[in-house]
Amino acid sequence: MGRTRVVITGIGAVSPLGLTAVKTWEGLCTGRCGIGRITAFEPAKFDCQIGGEVEQYKIQQYVPKAFRKMTKLMSRDIELAVIAADEAVRDSGLITKAIDEQKVNINPVRMAINVGAGLISCDPCELAPAVAKSITDGKFDIQKWGRDGLGLVTPLWLLKYLPNMLACHIGIIHDIQGPSNTITCAEVSGHLSIAEAAEVIARGSADIALAGGAEAKINPVLIMRQCLIKRTTSRHNGDPENACRPFDTEASGSVFGDGGGIVILENLETAQKRGAKIYAEYAGVGQSASINHPYEHIEPDGKGITIAIENAMAQAGITPKDIDLIIPHGTGIPQDDVAEAKGIEAAMGNEIKRIPVWPTKSMLSNTGAGSGGLDVVAALCAMRDGLIPAAKNCVKKAAGCNLNIATTAQKTKIRYALCCGYTYGGQTAAVVLRKFES
Amino acid sequence: MASEKTNERVVITGMGIVCPLGHDIETMWQAVLAGKSGVDKTTIFDASTFPTTFSAEVKNYDVTRFTKNPQLHKDGNRGSRFAVGATVQACKQAGINVETNNPADGIDRRRMGIYLGAGEGAANHQAFFGAIAAGWNDQTNQMDWAKWTDVAAFEMRAMHELEQEANMPAAHLAMLTGARGPIRSCLTACAASTQSTGEAAMLIRRGDADIMIAGGAHSMIHPLGQTGFNRLTALSTRNDSPQTASRPFTASRDGFVLGEGSAIVILEGLSSAKKRGVKILAEIIGYGSSSDAFRVTDMHEEGRGAIAAMEAAIADAGISREDVDYVNAHGTSTAENDLIETKAIKAVFKERAKQVPVSSIKSMMGHLIGAAGAAELITCVLAIRDGVVPATINLNDPDPQLDLDYVPNVSRKMSVNIAMKESFGFGGQNNVIIIRKYAEN
Repeated sequence: MGRTRVVITGIGAVSPLGLTAVKTWEGLCTGRCGIGRITAFEPAKFDCQIGGEVEQYKIQQYVPKAFRKMTKLMSRDIELAVIAADEAVRDSGLITKAIDEQKVNINPVRMAINVGAGLISCDPCELAPAVAKSITDGKFDIQKWGRDGLGLVTPLWLLKYLPNMLACHIGIIHDIQGPSNTITCAEVSGHLSIAEAAEVIARGSADIALAGGAEAKINPVLIMRQCLIKRTTSRHNGDPENACRPFDTEASGSVFGDGGGIVILENLETAQKRGAKIYAEYAGVGQSASINHPYEHIEPDGKGITIAIENAMAQAGITPKDIDLIIPHGTGIPQDDVAEAKGIEAAMGNEIKRIPVWPTKSMLSNTGAGSGGLDVVAALCAMRDGLIPAAKNCVKKAAGCNLNIATTAQKTKIRYALCCGYTYGGQTAAVVLRKFES
Repeated sequence: MASEKTNERVVITGMGIVCPLGHDIETMWQAVLAGKSGVDKTTIFDASTFPTTFSAEVKNYDVTRFTKNPQLHKDGNRGSRFAVGATVQACKQAGINVETNNPADGIDRRRMGIYLGAGEGAANHQAFFGAIAAGWNDQTNQMDWAKWTDVAAFEMRAMHELEQEANMPAAHLAMLTGARGPIRSCLTACAASTQSTGEAAMLIRRGDADIMIAGGAHSMIHPLGQTGFNRLTALSTRNDSPQTASRPFTASRDGFVLGEGSAIVILEGLSSAKKRGVKILAEIIGYGSSSDAFRVTDMHEEGRGAIAAMEAAIADAGISREDVDYVNAHGTSTAENDLIETKAIKAVFKERAKQVPVSSIKSMMGHLIGAAGAAELITCVLAIRDGVVPATINLNDPDPQLDLDYVPNVSRKMSVNIAMKESFGFGGQNNVIIIRKYAEN
């Protein structure tokens, strides 16, 4: 049996730069920054008061009429994924139940879904009326909660916050009945979901897959969490567009935001048979772990990243000479940036001087489980247009960072693009995309 | 992808467990065979006024029994700490060195990975609820975020916050074992560790790793978890008789019993296992995954997704339905699951359905949520090893609609060559693994 080639035939995104992949790419090309003062809640007393917020939308517009009631069960994370999935499916030309029930051209049991998700935090305001009934002498009283508070929580509350509900809602809306998974590897969830979806197709368990990730980080609990573990910047509350500075000597922390990126993967044969446009071929993945204590940061030499990239190149059957673009994780957290730069350098050897490295979080913010999918979508647009936009906020490279940061936009043919990532907790991943040639 | 399909056979070479019925495999297995219940009054937090006051807790667990570096894992959530104990046991059985920079086991750490179905750590509820209470104005129905922030920033602890993230159990296992191969973690509700174990097997079959530390770790016995399940009316409320509350397939079943724990299996490519000369416990021969794509609140009425996953696993195993000797059920003890699971088994096994023993160890262990599938898979391996299938306890008032052989109340001596483990999660996640007694050919 010959090997199965897997190609990408549709993209969708929602980000602080826009509600579509098209707008997101336009924003990236013009160097727009999606980061501003947080408006979802009053952040005045947070160390970091800025984030990447997504513009207003009406979720009902993205689901068929029959499913509008279901939107009440959607947390923001689910909504972001549903919006990006809608665009990706439409872009692919596939006709699912949601697009046109009469003209469906997929076999639902041969379509898989794999959406990376964060650990969704509930909205404190939603529980507040119940909490208010559970106070004794100014303190939370769990016995009162059990007796008086709990009953005020809406019955289906939990279902809004289970991470697998991103994939479940999309699966129901589009009628996707094949293998379904939800990777919860924090900031590498998106990379790994796309990789696993490709593996599911390659092993013959599905012909088509919808994959990527989404997360809404603009939540007081999650922003507080990132502030407490000291991954956020607190120096740029007055000048948000300068805040996230991947690999820059003045970098002082990351900025978090809402977003997601979704792609449609397809068996090459299936894609060609229906004459689908092909963005690129999925070429391989590598994964590993950073083993470090404290584990909220990665090991100083970035070894886990090096291994992931080496394995990804081996799976793709390429060497550093073949790579024309790297989209790194580039969070703007100084020690992590330097460690990542060292990890990439170790994998690329001398080619490190040549290969343009284009970090996106200075514009998109760090959308957690959404970031891998967004970076893959950005890489696919760059490959399609033969264009690497200018990186933002890297004015002077940090000591120890020997990457060739793409500070000016460049027109170039991209044969292979590599998107890599890491997360607190240490998981690392690298995905290789190949320009499609039949 | 350039890598060719290798079709490496996948075997199990180690197992470990920390669960309500014990902190090692044999203790757990003796309790299961004896039909003991691990359910009792909840002690982790004060649940005395909740609709459900009991659960299946892991009791008297001491992570320092398993690790030389308890400091490294002290901040870990309950799931992470359980996972450390289960993994140490499993690695010991499989001859994998842990807690060393210079392993002498001959295993390339880049070829050893981790795939967990793992859940969240509990929120610090005084901080979480306390901040809400401080900030909420009941008159205006508005949050004063300045007040919320003052309490949150003071009460929340950085490491405790970090440890709530679902990828943390996998992080602890990487530090413990030095694994540098594929590391993934998934959370598909109650099907998570069947999924993680199945997908881990696929990574080995493809040739992407030689060894995978697979399984699950989870504890939802915390105020928000129990609030969520109680509001869904998914939990049993048989507060006057906790030990009989998990009663799958009975007419009087009224919901599942929340449990917690970690179950870990060492999966290994057959060639690696042979080269290392390690004992083979069983072979994973089939895996199937599907989604209902029906409703977030309910399973498909006819078990469409469950049937698809079972059939996919049977096809993947290259066996026929007649070959399955034992089905380890999802068997949650909810009205819906037990009915639809029974329908699905009938649809798959047809005229043979009533001859296949189907049992639910959730009747004893409770529902370990993300960790359930792997814990139950381990009992399938032991059923094959010992030639005995566990019972479904508390089965005193059969539901007339449910007429399969659920192995009521008493475990049964019988030879098992092939066993099927099925798991179904909220939202319509279905995952099925088929294992076989290991034979050279």
